[in-house]
Amino acid sequence: MKKFMLGRKAGMTQIFNEDGIVIPVTVISCGPVSVVQNKTEEVDGYRAVKVGYEDKKRVTKPLQGQFDKAGLKPKRIMREFKTDQEFELGQEITVADMFAAGDYVDIVGTSKGKGFQGVIKRHGFSRGPESHGSKHHRYPGSMGSSATPGKVFKGRKMPGQMGNKRVTVQNLEVVSVDGERSILVVKGAVPGAKGGLLEITSTVKRR
Amino acid sequence: MSIVKAVESDFLRDAHENVDIGDFIRVHLKIKEGARERIQIFEGTVIGRRGSGVNETITIRRVSYGIGVERVLPVHSPKINKIEVVRKGRVRRAKLNYLRDRVGKAAKVREKLPTRR
Repeated sequence: MKKFMLGRKAGMTQIFNEDGIVIPVTVISCGPVSVVQNKTEEVDGYRAVKVGYEDKKRVTKPLQGQFDKAGLKPKRIMREFKTDQEFELGQEITVADMFAAGDYVDIVGTSKGKGFQGVIKRHGFSRGPESHGSKHHRYPGSMGSSATPGKVFKGRKMPGQMGNKRVTVQNLEVVSVDGERSILVVKGAVPGAKGGLLEITSTVKRR
Repeated sequence: MSIVKAVESDFLRDAHENVDIGDFIRVHLKIKEGARERIQIFEGTVIGRRGSGVNETITIRRVSYGIGVERVLPVHSPKINKIEVVRKGRVRRAKLNYLRDRVGKAAKVREKLPTRR
């Protein structure tokens, strides 16, 4: 069964495992989320559940209608997750309901924005010589052939916006879960800055 | 940040609370050999510490059979059984890296004697 959760990155630290070995971990302030809507095969053509996370004071009237149906306060963030499980409307789901230590998860976040970056930082190109008459310091170099094909191919690695885009990290081990304090601790790093929104699902890498 | 501190707090220990830079200490380390666990003692002078909270480590130096040996240990590690302070050292620096260039008697740290009441 596919499991899911929403959270915010709290920061990284390290902890000791039972052998006394240091493992790097990310602490996530995770959930609880509330069920806003069940998407069904008959009505919507697919099965999913829509959950809301973090309260908000005011929302637009059409949105308010959705929350009223579920008997919930307005939520700041809403996400849909595909699942076969049926949830009650308005039901509150904590991290402990979804994950346990030893599980493996995929985490989606928004990476830290690096702005408009050149080809060396963005794609790992080599730089040209700095001296001896060279002016080819950090240039991208050749972009392709000459009159044949007579164009630059699509997808050519060039300077541009780096970071601030959706990134998935797969197969992270859950180290510990605390349902009461809504804490999820996973091994390794997670995309984005502290306070960034994360979507956590059970991994697609394992059965 | 408090939620990160909360996770760290489960792992914090106080085995090192009397240890200062320049002290000569004996660290009792738990060593696993197959299924058996025994205690190994590493002694030496504390020549530095870095980090805070659960990340804090100390560097311990000793000269063993003419060869300098340094170990960097996380002070909150569960592998540390206990730390004995054998001798307090009188030093005026936070990092005693100068000891690395010294041999024999010059590599000694003066002892800090308890102040007279």
